[in-house]
Amino acid sequence: MKTRTTRAVRSACAGLVGLTTVAACGTSGGAPPAGQAGTFEGRGPITYVAGKDTTGTVQAVLDRWNKAHPDEKVTFVQLPTDPDAQRQQMIQNAEIKSDAFTVLSLDAVWTSEFAAHRWIDRLPADRFPLDEMLDPILGTATYRGGLYAVPASSDGGMLYYRTDLLRRAGIEKPPVTWAEMKADCAKVKKLPEARGMSCYAGQFQKYEGLTVNFAEAVNSAGGTVTDARGRPHLDTPQARAGLDFLVDAVRDGTAPKESLTYQEEDARQAFQAGKIIFERQWPYMYPLVAKEDGSSEVAGKFGVAPLPGLNGPGASSLGGHNLALTASAKNKATALDFMEFFTNEENQRFSLKYAPAAPTYKSLYQDPALVKRYPYLPTLERSILHAVPRPRVFQYGDVTAAVQREAYAALTGEKSSAQALKDLQRALRQPTAE
Amino acid sequence: MAETRTPARPVPPDARREPPAAPARRRRARATAGTARLAALLVSPTLLVLAVVVLYPTVVALQQSLYGARRLDPRTGFVEETEPFVGLQNFAAIFGEAGSRFWNAFWNTTFFTVTTVLLETLIGVAMALIMHRAFRGRALVRASILIPWAIPTAVTGLLWRWIFNSDGIANTLLGHQVLWTTEGFHAKAAVIIADVWKTAPFVGLLVLAGLQVIPNEVYEAARIDGAGILRRFRHITLPLVKPALLVAVLFRTLDALRMFDLPYILIGAQKTSVETLSMLAQDQAANVRFGPASAYAVILFVYVFLIALAFVRLLGADVVGDDGKVKRRRRLLPRRPQGVAA
Repeated sequence: MKTRTTRAVRSACAGLVGLTTVAACGTSGGAPPAGQAGTFEGRGPITYVAGKDTTGTVQAVLDRWNKAHPDEKVTFVQLPTDPDAQRQQMIQNAEIKSDAFTVLSLDAVWTSEFAAHRWIDRLPADRFPLDEMLDPILGTATYRGGLYAVPASSDGGMLYYRTDLLRRAGIEKPPVTWAEMKADCAKVKKLPEARGMSCYAGQFQKYEGLTVNFAEAVNSAGGTVTDARGRPHLDTPQARAGLDFLVDAVRDGTAPKESLTYQEEDARQAFQAGKIIFERQWPYMYPLVAKEDGSSEVAGKFGVAPLPGLNGPGASSLGGHNLALTASAKNKATALDFMEFFTNEENQRFSLKYAPAAPTYKSLYQDPALVKRYPYLPTLERSILHAVPRPRVFQYGDVTAAVQREAYAALTGEKSSAQALKDLQRALRQPTAE
Repeated sequence: MAETRTPARPVPPDARREPPAAPARRRRARATAGTARLAALLVSPTLLVLAVVVLYPTVVALQQSLYGARRLDPRTGFVEETEPFVGLQNFAAIFGEAGSRFWNAFWNTTFFTVTTVLLETLIGVAMALIMHRAFRGRALVRASILIPWAIPTAVTGLLWRWIFNSDGIANTLLGHQVLWTTEGFHAKAAVIIADVWKTAPFVGLLVLAGLQVIPNEVYEAARIDGAGILRRFRHITLPLVKPALLVAVLFRTLDALRMFDLPYILIGAQKTSVETLSMLAQDQAANVRFGPASAYAVILFVYVFLIALAFVRLLGADVVGDDGKVKRRRRLLPRRPQGVAA
């Protein structure tokens, strides 16, 4: 009922005042932020554009909205699973100024690029309960101080480890530093059960996952890949220590040689088959590995911890998706309402009931019922609070390509890590300096 | 249109007779003009479609290749609305420092084309010879040989990625762990193996069609004359199957030059060792640099065009399907008849 009346008020306002923003009229009130040019007008059907929904919860949320808003139905446009393909289709839609796509589910690292090209609108920050969300996540939704997207989900890397093997080797707590992890491995590998196992694996194939793993290693050693202004800082000893950790791991057998071909799923299968003691992974893996239907050999034998670092806990890369409003779309008043609805706490709680996810609201990480269901939530919260976003630059595609190129050359032994970092520093200076 | 130009219908009978020679010529001219007009009319939909789907994109790509990437305005933080005109700079850039990626892609493309087409031709001919033989279960063999060709390339890519997985079948058979999908020559080899597996049947199919039109009597005569199996192959099979083989090789070459999805899916998008020109152009376009992307596409277009031309001119590949031999002779020796006449 409440939503219906506010909607009536809003549309009346929009109709009467015409050019004033809906936000200024609506119940949430408040003037649009300075420099805000866009007006959010028009009501009617819109589209929600995201990658393939494997959990089925997205349609359930959309159904809830559609039931309450029969005149402002949201259609789900499903894009391929591959993020590159998603980004490409969204860019194509924006470049031809089509109104086919309304609300976009952007990967957290695309916000700057989409904002800089004015493919998405700047949003009124006061429409969303941003202060109830985890701080690092908000950083991925802004560009040059303006809010261009609303965090809808987050993601952080965690260290999965074999509790059974650690306990048997007499280790009480998961490791906090890389050195501790290696020492723990040495102990575990003396056990007969650990024969043929490798110590650590991440996602080291030459793809986006390598950028994530590389940035995590550099950040966990106290370095930065690019600063808030997009300038690279890879000529530092910290960056060197970070890359050296990965390179040495592959070279001395801490990580299996085949981890150079691992993407998320390959790494998961290796852990699930009991081949790896420690693994860096996203939370999505937790329920899959915990499955007791025989698909996982390590169900009930693993736990999660924050990522280790050089001298203390490490820093994860930040993943997740943000909702953004296509600049060329129609019915933006509806779109804004829908974004508010889709990202609200109630819906995130609802989705969590059906599928594992990393919510954006602080409160959900401490909810006892949810923690019981997903024991990884407290660890994940710590991971996200210490997380560092991947480079926030408008040409992210070039930056990630350069990172992948140089990091992979170092990992495969084609270049020394010093040379790779030197070349990367030079390569990144170009696209980010402008 | 036609009626307005021709004289009005009621023509006085004497008027027709007035210029004695002219009407005959005019009537003949009008007759051929009518045929030509009808032909033009019948062909025009095709031409229109071709103009829309071939000419227009080519012209647009050419025009687009003269523009550079949009720049970021450091004051506003926004990317400029329009692309700067840079003339031939995108083409000139391939000779500069930044051209290394282009040349890498260019050589990769060329390398893949030469190796895959060579292997596919050899294996394809062998397949055709097997399929041509009369034996029991021939239909089954033919069908099974054609299966790889029927599978979409994207699926082929996924299939072979499984095979070349670190603990996949390929490594199990080799008994030695090769990380196929990392960078290096083995990645190239993986692409070549998968591509040959997929497209050798295509060559086989075309060559088989060529084999089946060779009359059996020729072989019988050769056999009576005491020609061995190799001689028969060299002197009968190869020359007679050549037109079909050339077409197959031409098609495969053009196809290999625009190779994109197999290396993209099998090895990955950012892999230097297998990046082809199509992948490079796609990558540039995906990063909203349409100018350089178009420039690379135009270069690839010219490259493909030149190779197709070389095939038709030098090797006399009969692509269109009409009397190739006469044409070839005419094309290969265009001046000699003129010189004789003069």
